Amino acid sequence: MSAGYLLKRLLLAIPTLFGVLVVVFVLLRVVPGDPVTMMVGLTASEEDIARLRELYGFDKPIFTQFLIYLGDVLQGDLGVSITRKQEVLGLILGRLPVTLELSLFAMAVALLGGMMLGVLAVYRPGRGGELVADGFSGLGLAIPDFLWALMFILLFGVLIPLLPISGQIDPRLGFEPASGFYLFESLLIGEFAAFQSVLSHMVLPAVALAIPLAAIIARILKSSLQEVMTQDYILLARARGFSRLRIVLREALQNALIPTVTLSGVQFTFLVGGTVLIERIFSYPGLGNMAIEAVINRDIPLIQGIVLTFAVMFIALNLIIDSTYVLLNPRVRHG
Amino acid sequence: MADRRGALVSAASDARVLFGAAVLLALIVAAAAAPLLAPHDPLEQDLLASFLPPAFQAGADPVFPLGTDSLGRDLLSRLIYGARVALTVALVAASLAALLGTALGLIAGYFGGWVDAVISRLVDVWMAFPPVLLSIVLVAIIGAGLHSVIIAIVIIDWTRFCRVVRAEVLVQREQDYVASAVTIGLGRWRILWHEILPNLLPLLLVLITLEMGIAIIVEAILSFVGLSVSSDQATWGGLIQEGRLYIHQAWWIMVLPMACIIVSVLGLNALGDGLRRTLDPVMRR
Repeated sequence: MSAGYLLKRLLLAIPTLFGVLVVVFVLLRVVPGDPVTMMVGLTASEEDIARLRELYGFDKPIFTQFLIYLGDVLQGDLGVSITRKQEVLGLILGRLPVTLELSLFAMAVALLGGMMLGVLAVYRPGRGGELVADGFSGLGLAIPDFLWALMFILLFGVLIPLLPISGQIDPRLGFEPASGFYLFESLLIGEFAAFQSVLSHMVLPAVALAIPLAAIIARILKSSLQEVMTQDYILLARARGFSRLRIVLREALQNALIPTVTLSGVQFTFLVGGTVLIERIFSYPGLGNMAIEAVINRDIPLIQGIVLTFAVMFIALNLIIDSTYVLLNPRVRHG
Repeated sequence: MADRRGALVSAASDARVLFGAAVLLALIVAAAAAPLLAPHDPLEQDLLASFLPPAFQAGADPVFPLGTDSLGRDLLSRLIYGARVALTVALVAASLAALLGTALGLIAGYFGGWVDAVISRLVDVWMAFPPVLLSIVLVAIIGAGLHSVIIAIVIIDWTRFCRVVRAEVLVQREQDYVASAVTIGLGRWRILWHEILPNLLPLLLVLITLEMGIAIIVEAILSFVGLSVSSDQATWGGLIQEGRLYIHQAWWIMVLPMACIIVSVLGLNALGDGLRRTLDPVMRR
């Protein structure tokens, strides 16, 4: 039954993926005005424009153009970046590890912070702990990640300069990981100076990304913990004289975690989407930063490639979240 | 009817609703009466008076109560005129997104079948794009400007309304009052419009309020990236962008518009949450 459900989700992802390809194609081909003029600017000669139109296949009917695009994408050919004169796929694969690492680190921060707040709220209900937790999650939900990022830049970059506010690593270290994963690779091969530099550059953007998610996790965990705390086995644990902290951490948390992880999983995609602006603000050399550069430079093949990459990432993430949901919760299997 | 009036009274006495309504009112007054309230022309430059701090700091000039920006333009006036842009975008974009999303959600939920399948796939496709990136790309394509910002928000955020409305229609469709409406022979559109839609209004009011907060943030993001209205027009996001450049010498240029955004969004969220709790028994769960 669960395999059937997953198969259904997997099959549903195919039309979604196709729709994404249509949108990405339409978005940047059927734009008002000629895409080639948009790419080369108004100074190009008629001849150049005609040659480029032929090169990119813009002289063919729109449906044929779409089929060509579809065929190229399926073969892993995302075209050539106009400004960087390099394969789009290569450019994206070079930047993807940076964004993935930042997102995963931010996710870990959000889980840790959110869980601490959720536990705090239930450990000390109606007192300081709950007020702090509620206040934080209220602010965390209302203030978007990019405003947190700017506040951090002002606080920890300018007023009390504790942490770097720009870039990914101190360039003087000359550290170039072969895998593209700066944090993991520097740790693995024991380059601790590089590891420390990467980590310190990652803290502010990751925390900014993590706060809205941490607020959501804190809220969900709080309400599911509250629900668990009213159940009989907790009462029994209380009767046996266990301390409240032990009951919350050892007995209740385990059961409250399942809804928390599954419900906040969906929010993880929002965190990944948030990297676009956060990377820009911190001049962090990931995929999102490259996306905004591409938009500013009107580098259409690169924009298409990055938007497509993010969409595929979102669809894959949702599938993974769905599968964990099914694995953790037997009731959905029949839904 | 008495029920609904009672709900309105209890909504009006909710602290969240009061705070939110006060913030919204302040925004409306600032936006509507901007020329009367602003002490200066927001575009008037005075290069000799650039980077003046707000009145509570040393070296301030009382003529510029909240200080000046890099070109010596009065910050208070720019913030007040920025409220105009923010409120316009919030109201127009949220209403249009609500209109589009509700229409599609009603149709998908009530008619079901292939119509529902098509609309639901469309929502899935839309949800696969990161909203910030999609809005930036959209505005870059349509061209910078207030109308593009509004179009981008509507194109991206209609799904929020569509999903919630669809789910709610699925619930309402099974209720007895719909069954009786069918029995007495009312047409499907009539049932949808006259019977089901009125029951969704409290829910829609809550969603629109929350969407207004989101629209203010998206506008700020787009003007921060430099894609909203032209750069000499005052927007909160544009001021943040300018403040970011001069963060070492004049922190207030960035902090003041950020405070405006945060208070507006907190207010609208509080209003939405408060209305949800008091008005709508369905979402109270």
